[in-house]
Amino acid sequence: MKYLGIDPQKIKIGVFNFTCCEGCALALANKEETLVDFLDLLDVVTFREISSDRGEDYDIALVEGSISRDDEIERIKKIRAQAKVLVALGTCACYGGVNNLKNQFKIEEVVEIAYGKDKVETSKVRPLSDVVKVDLEIPGCPVSKAEVEKIVVDIVNQSEINFPEYPVCVECRRNMNTCVFDLGMICLGPITQAGCDAVCPNGGVGCLGCRGPAEDANYESFREILEENGFTMQEALERINFYNALPGMVIDES
Amino acid sequence: MKVNMKIDVHHVCRVEGHGDIHIKVKDGKLLEAQWAVVETPRFFEAMLRGQPYDLAPTLSSRICGICSITHTLASLRAVERAMDVKIPPAARHLRLLAKHAETLQSHILHVFFLAAPDFLGVPSVIPLIKTNPEVVGLAARLKGLANDICDLVAGRTIHPVSLIVGGVSKAPEKEQLEAIKKRLGERLPDMQATVDLFKTIDIPDFVRETEYISLKGDNDYPYIGGDMVSTDGVVKHEDDYLAMTNEYKEDFTTSKFARLSRESMAVGALARFNNNYKFLHQEAKEAAKELGLQPVNHNPFMNNVAQVVESLNAMLDCIDVIDQLLDMKLNNIRSKFKVRAGTGVAAVEAPRGILYHDYTIDDTGHVTRANCIIPTTQNNANIHFDLADLTEWALAQGKNDQEITLLSEMLVRAYDPCISCSVH
Ligand code: SF4
Ligand code: SF4
Ligand code: SF4
Ligand SMILES: [Fe+2]
Ligand code: NI
Repeated sequence: MKYLGIDPQKIKIGVFNFTCCEGCALALANKEETLVDFLDLLDVVTFREISSDRGEDYDIALVEGSISRDDEIERIKKIRAQAKVLVALGTCACYGGVNNLKNQFKIEEVVEIAYGKDKVETSKVRPLSDVVKVDLEIPGCPVSKAEVEKIVVDIVNQSEINFPEYPVCVECRRNMNTCVFDLGMICLGPITQAGCDAVCPNGGVGCLGCRGPAEDANYESFREILEENGFTMQEALERINFYNALPGMVIDES
Repeated sequence: MKVNMKIDVHHVCRVEGHGDIHIKVKDGKLLEAQWAVVETPRFFEAMLRGQPYDLAPTLSSRICGICSITHTLASLRAVERAMDVKIPPAARHLRLLAKHAETLQSHILHVFFLAAPDFLGVPSVIPLIKTNPEVVGLAARLKGLANDICDLVAGRTIHPVSLIVGGVSKAPEKEQLEAIKKRLGERLPDMQATVDLFKTIDIPDFVRETEYISLKGDNDYPYIGGDMVSTDGVVKHEDDYLAMTNEYKEDFTTSKFARLSRESMAVGALARFNNNYKFLHQEAKEAAKELGLQPVNHNPFMNNVAQVVESLNAMLDCIDVIDQLLDMKLNNIRSKFKVRAGTGVAAVEAPRGILYHDYTIDDTGHVTRANCIIPTTQNNANIHFDLADLTEWALAQGKNDQEITLLSEMLVRAYDPCISCSVH
């Protein structure tokens, strides 16, 4: 993937947030060992969480969060018009993420549950790509800073950007973890794109698929794994729906 | 001289989330001062409905990227109290260690990255990399250490993975704990340098009396569970939290307001300090003294200083907890339990103040009702009323609109509001 027209010397970057926990933007400020070098590579013109500078001349927009109110549509369109490259940062931005759980209810119902009789403006949750053209999606809840750093450097150097095609299981086995299926829990690792170093199974819990489907995900054999381990599709669905990031996991009720 | 001013700050920067300040002054008199939260609400209380008990904490974590460990711990405690699950002592200690490390991480982020640029006269921490590399170095080393502790104990700093119902799913090796303890000791001089740095900073000398609310320590500085206490002398059991989080909504803001005995109240580092000073480590008490902070202090800007004191205290607490863990067997970290119906309330001190999660769970282990009361929500009314007094205080000193704008932004930042959190 090549992006022309960006001065590779000092790349102007803006960080923006929509409906989300802001954990992905914060992940960028973590990993202190490389923070100073990373910031040195960039010209951060807008990053409201850490700076009162508010430049409008960014080339790359890193955008976290989903769209869940009409005024957010206007805001993201303006960012789209300015940015040469718009990057969806994190599962909320790429897939709707956990915010999507709101869509199982009617809008009036969620407002009533959280605010009682008070009026609150809100709409259905959507990923960024439902509203504007997105050039690149970096999934993760939160994103891996190492991956974002690498990708930003790739954009600066105009080199090709690659995501792992294999599933989380590959990283998990490399780390020599006990498979969480053997601990009696469901894991979506077999169908989920690697790149997080299997952080959830490393910690002894199942993957919830925040990084979206692996290129070579085999849903058929995943259903067999579920069955062999005695899990119902309902139990698996609670997990698959958690991030709404595995649209390919078509549920065949037979 | 007749002064007219119209101050509108759209999306105050260097706070987590979106909030606006509106101030109107006519003929030298304050007409209006508003703190309006304009974040898009996310409806976690609806989204939690129908979630299985083990995913509720994973979901609650996503309320906030800064204090995700705290939300996870509150959610776990609510589930565990609802289903009557007791956790093993080693798990309790590991959770507490993660909690202290998050407090340290969050406070360091706030005092250096979000608050300090005002005092040093720069727009952000970024130019400080060139002008004050030693300050940035301090912050990076302390925050890096805190993050490493979270990674080790909870599996990840932002959105922990190994804090689960019944205890924890993974314990660190004792050698890893020893290594972290050694690093904590090595970083204490950095913490002292932070205290010294804050001694040189001019804190606005503004006071507005209010009611400070926090958890009440029994033997220790409080973090997980227990009664709440206020500087007006109110004490309430954990289950009676609704009395103190009397939420109401104003039209100009998407976040709710809260009150207890007065029109507003304050929670957070300064509230904990004011109510639990006696449980601080001696070194932290001395640091407070050096920084001119004594209980009960009613200057909201001193919350920054209370965070510095608590950061030192959190480091010392980490060392104590690690010592206790080193004396324990770390193989029993998760208890067995049965899924059952029930209701559970959990109070936890988040970096920004007291946090409540309250769930009802059915006999299949699914959440049927959830209520979450967030610290910033509790502070929003206080920020709002402070803004009016602060403007009048500044007008009396002849400050111009630029100075008042900066002061009001600094006031908001002093509370370290987490607006994403408050519009959960
Ligand atoms: S993807 Fe996860 S970490 Fe990132 S903003 Fe959304 S909820 Fe937060
Ligand atoms: S724990 Fe999950 S990711 Fe690891 S091997 Fe088992 S199924 Fe795959
Ligand atoms: S293990 Fe799965 S849920 Fe966890 S971070 Fe990786 S992809 Fe996301
Ligand atoms: Fe709430
Ligand atoms: Ni928060």
